[in-house]
Amino acid sequence: MSRGAFADRGADLELVGIQKRFPGFTAIEHLDLVIPAGSFFALLGPSGCGKTTTLRLVAGLEDPTGGRILIGGADVTAQKAYQRPVNTVFQSYALFPHMTVLENVAFGLRRRKIPDALGKATEALRLVELGHLAARKPVQLSGGQQQRVALARAIVNRPALLLLDEPLGALDLKLRRQMQLELKTIQEEVGLTFLHVTHDQEEAMTMADTIAVMNKGRIEQLGAPEQLYELPKTAFVANFLGQSNLFTGPVVGETSTAITVDIAGRSIVVPKTRSHRHAGDVTIGVRPEKLTLHRDKPVPGSGHNVMGPGRVTDVSFTGVSTQYLVRVPGVGILIVFAQNRSFGPVEGEGDEVWVTWNVEHGFGLDDDPVAPDPRFVADTTTKSIAAQRRAALVTELEEA
Amino acid sequence: MAFAAFASTAAAPTDAPPRRRSRVALLLLLPGILYLVLFFLAPLVSLILTSLQAPSEFGDIGMYSYAFRWENYVEVIAQYWPHILRSFGYALIATVLALLFSYPLAYFIGVTARRWPLLQSLMLVLVIAPFFISFLLRTLAWKQLLSDESFLVTSLKAVSLLAPDAHLTGTAFSVIFGLTYNFIPFMTLPLYTTLERLDLRYLEAGNDLYASRFHTFRTVTIPLSMPGIVAGTLLTFIPAAGDYINASRDFLGGADTQMIGNVIEANFLVLLNYPAAASLSIILMTVILVVVGVYVKRSGTEELL
Repeated sequence: MSRGAFADRGADLELVGIQKRFPGFTAIEHLDLVIPAGSFFALLGPSGCGKTTTLRLVAGLEDPTGGRILIGGADVTAQKAYQRPVNTVFQSYALFPHMTVLENVAFGLRRRKIPDALGKATEALRLVELGHLAARKPVQLSGGQQQRVALARAIVNRPALLLLDEPLGALDLKLRRQMQLELKTIQEEVGLTFLHVTHDQEEAMTMADTIAVMNKGRIEQLGAPEQLYELPKTAFVANFLGQSNLFTGPVVGETSTAITVDIAGRSIVVPKTRSHRHAGDVTIGVRPEKLTLHRDKPVPGSGHNVMGPGRVTDVSFTGVSTQYLVRVPGVGILIVFAQNRSFGPVEGEGDEVWVTWNVEHGFGLDDDPVAPDPRFVADTTTKSIAAQRRAALVTELEEA
Repeated sequence: MAFAAFASTAAAPTDAPPRRRSRVALLLLLPGILYLVLFFLAPLVSLILTSLQAPSEFGDIGMYSYAFRWENYVEVIAQYWPHILRSFGYALIATVLALLFSYPLAYFIGVTARRWPLLQSLMLVLVIAPFFISFLLRTLAWKQLLSDESFLVTSLKAVSLLAPDAHLTGTAFSVIFGLTYNFIPFMTLPLYTTLERLDLRYLEAGNDLYASRFHTFRTVTIPLSMPGIVAGTLLTFIPAAGDYINASRDFLGGADTQMIGNVIEANFLVLLNYPAAASLSIILMTVILVVVGVYVKRSGTEELL
């Protein structure tokens, strides 16, 4: 990084064949990724999927086992962390406890001998609305304030690339929203390239222009948030980003525009443009909010698919919508989100219902449907929920 | 503030529980207070009184009566100022040397060896191991190792690194060497405890903010390990300044290396000049208190401690 000068704009980040092995396991298996300058890119995945390792590789805090990292076209693989035009907002903030807030923010500027470091640091603190706390020590601040200081400490350096490691994890919902907005505003103002690592799909969807969903050290799918949500490629993406109703069956018919899949004796039509496979066994799906409940058997038509009859096994009222679980014999349990247009839930537990959805709303996955991942088979017993929670906590603790 | 004010008024009307609690607290403190009064305050008062004693008019050598003879202080300073200066000089050099040796050692045990807990414990045991052998024995052993007939000295003389008529024992070198050696564990352990808790994520943040490893060490690691540095230097400097074993002629010292501890010992046990010994003790104590007070204040570790 050149001394005494700022990066004048964001830079492209390019990962070429990146691989990272730790003793005993492989964190990243051959990763190729291009993030264009000025974009807000999110790496989304569950804990342990390799997203934080990717971030640390880009920051230079970890050395890749193989592959190259390019920032703005220049190979930085051999560069040390302090030489790279990159700054990180750490998950733990890592604010220096022995320095004041202002000294923390001015740290990078002073190291690079940027003139008027304190003035620029004060300006950055004002940007995150903490100008009045400049003389405090980090321990005297609340979590949200510390987070904003960490953000100011990174952006004040005008890095070509800003890395965000679950920066909003410790904040409550309201502060989170506020910070999301602030991050977005800052990005629009200063035009940096943002690489944001998170396990929170909502955060990724609201903030990023492009999301890469990572799983087990690989990128499962990459695209704009709407694209990932409306047209997931794999069962993992379909379930990690929101919820999905997935069915597997053989393709039994084909027209020029659509395929017909046999699901437990029912014919379900999916447009060809929305399905990755057109022959053999396929997994198709539909989002719960696209489903409509009917008390009377609907007339089969070409415009929509019908599933049923089934019985409502669970009704939970969530305010704007009601979530129904409908058990359809031979198919399994379907999740239906219904807008609360009238007052409260319309159907009751045990009611017999039919479910329909517009043909245009279905999607077909690219996955091999032979072995459904047991993770996505709904197991709602208390025991299994407790076991899952425990596993999640254990991995979280290990990561920390 | 509002809460505090509220709490105090709320506590006042309900008499019984708080009073009982304070009585319990007092009871719990009693043994400590008694101990301090008996073994610290009383000897201190006695020491001050002794330091102001005058020789008995018709007494023998070593007979003194209570008086207010503050000239004792002037006399001991006039007579022993080189020893006082030497004590603090030696202690300072030994403290700096011990810090230079201990910091890398403590850093290795506390930070580098974190991934290998077994190595960490083994090295800690090695640091503490010398304590299993008496301090006196170890110092005597060094007297042997540094003596004129020792392998070390004969080899140094053979390669002309040491003049043929030079000695190691009885010199300032051997005294400072002994002090440094004996106090290294006292320096290493507090350094280790702070470095062991050092959050490496701060170092990563430093690296991320354009600071090289050296700069990160200087601007992040050292300030964050200040509590350990202060504790270690105090634990070394204070006892080293008053030490009388290393500098003693029976151990590593000689006629020109006598420290204030040796002078106090001689005055108490040989010359039987109790007032001089007592006033020297009080001077030593006062100087250490002032030096330590200024040091702690200047190092700004109050909030890190």
